[in-house]
Amino acid sequence: MTSAGWTAEGRPLLAGAASGPALVLPEPLSFWGGVEPATGLIIDPHHSAQGRRVAGRIVVMPHGRGSSSSSTVLAECLGAGTGPLAILLSAPDGILLLGALVVRELGGVHCPVVVMGAAWERIGDGDHVSVAADGRVRVTPRVAGHERGR
Amino acid sequence: MSLRLDDRDREMLAGELGPATALAMRIVAAMAEAAGAERLLDITGAHIDGCLYHGPVGLSFAARLTSDGARVRVPTTLNVSALDLLHPERVRLADPARSEARRQMAAYESMGCRPTWTCAPYQLPDRPAFGEHVCWAESNAIVFANTVLGARTDRYGDFIDICAAITGRVPATGFHLDENRLGSVVFRLAGFAEGAPHEEAFWALLGHVVGTRSGNEVPVIIGAPEGVPEDHLKALGAGAASSGSVALIHVVGTTPEAPTRQDALGGRPSLRTIDIGPDDLRGAAAELTGADVSGALRVVSVGTPHLSVSGFERLTPMLAATRIHPDVTFFVSTGRDVLREVEERGWLAAYRAAGIRLVVDTCTYITPVLDPEAKLAMTDSAKWAWYAPANLGISAAFGTLEDCVRSAAAGRVIRDFGWLDG
Repeated sequence: MTSAGWTAEGRPLLAGAASGPALVLPEPLSFWGGVEPATGLIIDPHHSAQGRRVAGRIVVMPHGRGSSSSSTVLAECLGAGTGPLAILLSAPDGILLLGALVVRELGGVHCPVVVMGAAWERIGDGDHVSVAADGRVRVTPRVAGHERGR
Repeated sequence: MSLRLDDRDREMLAGELGPATALAMRIVAAMAEAAGAERLLDITGAHIDGCLYHGPVGLSFAARLTSDGARVRVPTTLNVSALDLLHPERVRLADPARSEARRQMAAYESMGCRPTWTCAPYQLPDRPAFGEHVCWAESNAIVFANTVLGARTDRYGDFIDICAAITGRVPATGFHLDENRLGSVVFRLAGFAEGAPHEEAFWALLGHVVGTRSGNEVPVIIGAPEGVPEDHLKALGAGAASSGSVALIHVVGTTPEAPTRQDALGGRPSLRTIDIGPDDLRGAAAELTGADVSGALRVVSVGTPHLSVSGFERLTPMLAATRIHPDVTFFVSTGRDVLREVEERGWLAAYRAAGIRLVVDTCTYITPVLDPEAKLAMTDSAKWAWYAPANLGISAAFGTLEDCVRSAAAGRVIRDFGWLDG
């Protein structure tokens, strides 16, 4: 392995392991009104990532936004198989945690939610991210010309 | 500091009160940890939003709780559903969503929640007293509880609401704590006609502006007459909690934690003071109105949040003096308890004679009630005007209740905001 990876210590709000390509959202996303559960598509016309999918991605963003109904939309996405693999945040967000936690309690897919402070900004869109159960986050930058996870 | 659970909390977590209570406590405790709460608080009541059907996960969660024997531990009311159980034909929802929505409602009832089906639980008897901690979901109810009643609730939503009701506990965080209830941004009213603050639409528009411009701060409104009535505060809160994430507004001279500006700010300086004049509210009316509302008006919808008895008291004589245009359907949304009282007062004859569609247990913007062909609707609700266009694919016009009734008679939108400064 020669790729220049790096690691950061995160605090798991909902602990678990996951790995996949990062979808980095520079501004917060409200799942309610912002993501379509049937497809996992970002539909918020005011969001820079409109038209991209949260499905199969490690979603990285500063924090959640908007209505508490985002819990429900995240939960319905996870239930429909269109949700993210994990969510990495700069600051804790109870609304997103709640959606992921409820699905976990119902025996559905496990979507870890981890707070990693300022280190989230070092993750590039498309980087390969592994989240460990203890909250450790390992990031392998996407190699140019080697479109990981695109 | 980390979360410290008391003995009772730990008993719940250990499953000594059954698996449903253990599940509910796991969720309450996880939310408390995430928020950095040091402890949990007892609540005296809950208002549940999770009874509205959104999809299979919400129903599975309710079904899991009921099959595990869940019962609420505190008096608990239910928010709107997707159905009108008193007038089932008014909702065009088709199966399987219709039957799943009904099952979700039944699940919450079976946990011991009262089938109130209203977004205005503050219009029911036995509302929380000043200083009581409650767990209320539904954004307009949250802001009313904190603002008007001086009860204390954080911004709760689906799932955590029923978990709090089952355990009787919430994280000691957010608007439960004194330090988070102080005002930090001041809105100063200036330049309005003396009568303007006596119009309900004034408060709906002001709410829209306050929500847009408060961010995460707690707004304080100065310059209003004392003793603003509850229906106006309801319109203020619903507007602010739609355009923004406001959960508490201090209206100096009216609301219980704001006898004076100093009280509202806790003696601290405000971060910002924003002057609000007639042009700001005209701008709000424009933001709450579609680009072109010159076409044929097909729908008028009032009662978002649910119309109160005093709201009916205003509307009833207006309708009695008006003939609704044959192409217009006029909807009034309200709670079943308020409807019963209005019926007892003998006011409903005017509504039947005028062909008004009364809708209970739900609301006209969250479930298919309107004619799907309708393109243009009018409302006196900032909340309806904010959400209905995206939810229903309709163009909305915001106006006063009087303008709504006049427009319903004319079959086209008629609005006049001259009262703001004229």
